[in-house]
Amino acid sequence: MLISAALLLIVALMELLLKINGIKSGKQAGARWVWPVLLAGMVLFFAIRIATDSSGTYIQNLFSGISLGSILILVSLGLAIVYGLAGVINMAHGEFLMIGAYTTYSVQLLFTNVLHVHSNNWFFIAALPLSFVTAGLAGLLLERLIIRHLYARPLESLLATWGVSLILIQTARSLFGDLTAVKLPEMLAGGWQVTPGLVLPYSRLFIIGLTVVVLLAVHYTLTATRLGMQIRAVTQNRSMSACLGINTRRVDAVTFFIGSGLAGLAGCAMTLIGNVVPDMGQTYIVDAFLTVVIGGVGKLLGAITAGLGIGIFSKVLEAFFEAVYGKVLILLLIMIFMQFRPRGIFPDKGRAAAD
Amino acid sequence: MYKQIFFAFKSTLFLLAGAALLFTTACNSAASKGENSSDSAAANTVRIGVLHSLSGTMAISEVSLKDAVQMAVDEINASGGVLGKKIEPVIVDPASDWDLFAEKSKELLIDKKVAAVFGCWTSVSRKSVLPVFEENNGLLFYPVQYEGEESSKNVVYSGATPNQQLIPAADYLMSAEGGGYKRFYLLGTDYVFPRTANKILKAYLLSKGIPKENIVEEYTPFHHQDYQTIVSKIKKFAVGGKACVLSTINGDSNIPFYKEFANQGLTAATCPIMAFSVAEDELRAMDTEFLVGHLAAWNYYQSIDIPENKKFVAAFKSFCEKKNLPGGAKRVTDDPICWAYTDVYLWAKAAEKAGSFDVDKVRAALHSLTFDSPAGNVKMDEKVNHLAKPVLIGEIKPDGQFSVIWKTQGLIDPQPFFSLTAKK
Repeated sequence: MLISAALLLIVALMELLLKINGIKSGKQAGARWVWPVLLAGMVLFFAIRIATDSSGTYIQNLFSGISLGSILILVSLGLAIVYGLAGVINMAHGEFLMIGAYTTYSVQLLFTNVLHVHSNNWFFIAALPLSFVTAGLAGLLLERLIIRHLYARPLESLLATWGVSLILIQTARSLFGDLTAVKLPEMLAGGWQVTPGLVLPYSRLFIIGLTVVVLLAVHYTLTATRLGMQIRAVTQNRSMSACLGINTRRVDAVTFFIGSGLAGLAGCAMTLIGNVVPDMGQTYIVDAFLTVVIGGVGKLLGAITAGLGIGIFSKVLEAFFEAVYGKVLILLLIMIFMQFRPRGIFPDKGRAAAD
Repeated sequence: MYKQIFFAFKSTLFLLAGAALLFTTACNSAASKGENSSDSAAANTVRIGVLHSLSGTMAISEVSLKDAVQMAVDEINASGGVLGKKIEPVIVDPASDWDLFAEKSKELLIDKKVAAVFGCWTSVSRKSVLPVFEENNGLLFYPVQYEGEESSKNVVYSGATPNQQLIPAADYLMSAEGGGYKRFYLLGTDYVFPRTANKILKAYLLSKGIPKENIVEEYTPFHHQDYQTIVSKIKKFAVGGKACVLSTINGDSNIPFYKEFANQGLTAATCPIMAFSVAEDELRAMDTEFLVGHLAAWNYYQSIDIPENKKFVAAFKSFCEKKNLPGGAKRVTDDPICWAYTDVYLWAKAAEKAGSFDVDKVRAALHSLTFDSPAGNVKMDEKVNHLAKPVLIGEIKPDGQFSVIWKTQGLIDPQPFFSLTAKK
């Protein structure tokens, strides 16, 4: 209670400083030091708490926050890339998550019923890349068949993708019915017992690890490969990139494949801790959009900061209030935040921001 | 950019509203056309309405109830029907949409002139059709356990009232046989059933001498997926010993909850979860290894070992297989399915007894009626439209079935308005 009030106060004060600073210097974006300072403050705060806390509650809450944050990052990463590049509000993004989860389920069925593999670790290892590919192909198909024709029309693309999402949900329901449970792989069952009061489940540790790996891979792709440079170029200025000979259509398609594939990967990971149900994507899509918008559209670092921020804040608030009020408070915080920084933590700067 | 998105959303909403309007009108006109042609053939049949969601979020639960009603209708028709007439079910799909429930029930009562309606799962859907049934003097058979505080003459409540599910479960946990638990964590999804159920449970536990600080109440939003904080709170709570969880968590939040519970090292031996919303049909879709040993309180289980039930289970499985329904012979029965099935028989029996399909006469005939249901012999109350029935505590087994570990003596009379919560 006290802590969250204090955190709230810190955020408000920081933002006030930022606002005054911004007005004085005539800039809209304001000082760059505020967010790192805030982050460092939070880290310090938790460090003190953890050092003085013997029952492990704070470590547990922090871990829960990081775990939720890593899930949010994983889900919103693909969305951030696609949204940033094409400006398409893809309402069907959550359904690629669902496709990834159902791919995992199908692979499990294949391994136990057809291939008769006794250890249930292998199916999961096989499902990870497969869910990426399946969801990616589904995204590619969606882009080629529908979104491609609607690039300059945000309203129509929003409607169309929403329709696609409904169709996909009902298709999954008809195809798979309701008998879908993915068994937890043996290697990820249980948890690492740090102290008697503190258990870190392996499945969650795995998801955090997966998120780090995926982030590094995406970062590498975007910064060090030819394709990544093309994606960033098209994101910044589509017509100029086309003038310079980049095949923007191809870049769009490949980006959709990667973005949707990442959602599929998230869906596969999600089977470790949650449900495999036709409308599972709906649960995450709102949070994913929140993360993307707060982080700043199309920004990798933004998605990371926003994901971790929302995750940790939610879990800390939840520990002191009820889950329902925790959710209300976090939305309230986000609303306040968006008042001050409508373009997210890391907005576009310079000429690229002009549009 | 953001303004654009905002306007896009706004216009989208308008467009959607328009599209929805057009669609409904089209559907309605199509439906009424279809109806006129079949009207003349209805002389030797009596119509009943089936009002369960066949699409949307509630479909996973409600489709099974529609199947159970359909099976009871087929059975009754095969043995000659009711009062010499074959039952003709009119199946509509309210699509998990509360407003549509009211609209569809109007259609059933006014246009289709059904003699009775079998339907609803959630309390909010029941509340939204209630005025329609009261205004048109219809009869709704409602087969799901509910929070009480409601007793309409136009609704027959065959599911459990709070005292037929919650109170015996609390009694069992406090008894020496149940483990003598003294600390209770009341955890639910945030809507009317858990809120009311926990209010009743809390009042009851307090009246039994459980101190206030030993009762914790907590809610999560619908579709809550991340139970880390809550489970660590429970874990801290359980350190004091003799602690248990009373769960009214709904639907798809259950899997993440039980998984997290097991992952953080809690077991049924140290802190059992007593669930009021987890039955065999939900367990079908779950990875049950995390649930084994935890408890549930219902009035019926598929594992009940009496001839009526064995016949019912076998009939349901072969019905699902023959009709090529999803799941086929792997389908299971559970508490709401049992009562959805029993409802049709109760109605048919009351109609035979009354010699008429008239709602007022059928209602009068229902009172004090007894029936050998799959859960054993049950009896309609003399005054209110509720069933008296036994309460059973079941323990979850690895195959997703329950073994009955405790049972109340005789039938428990329904108390739709539980006295503990009444304002003094």
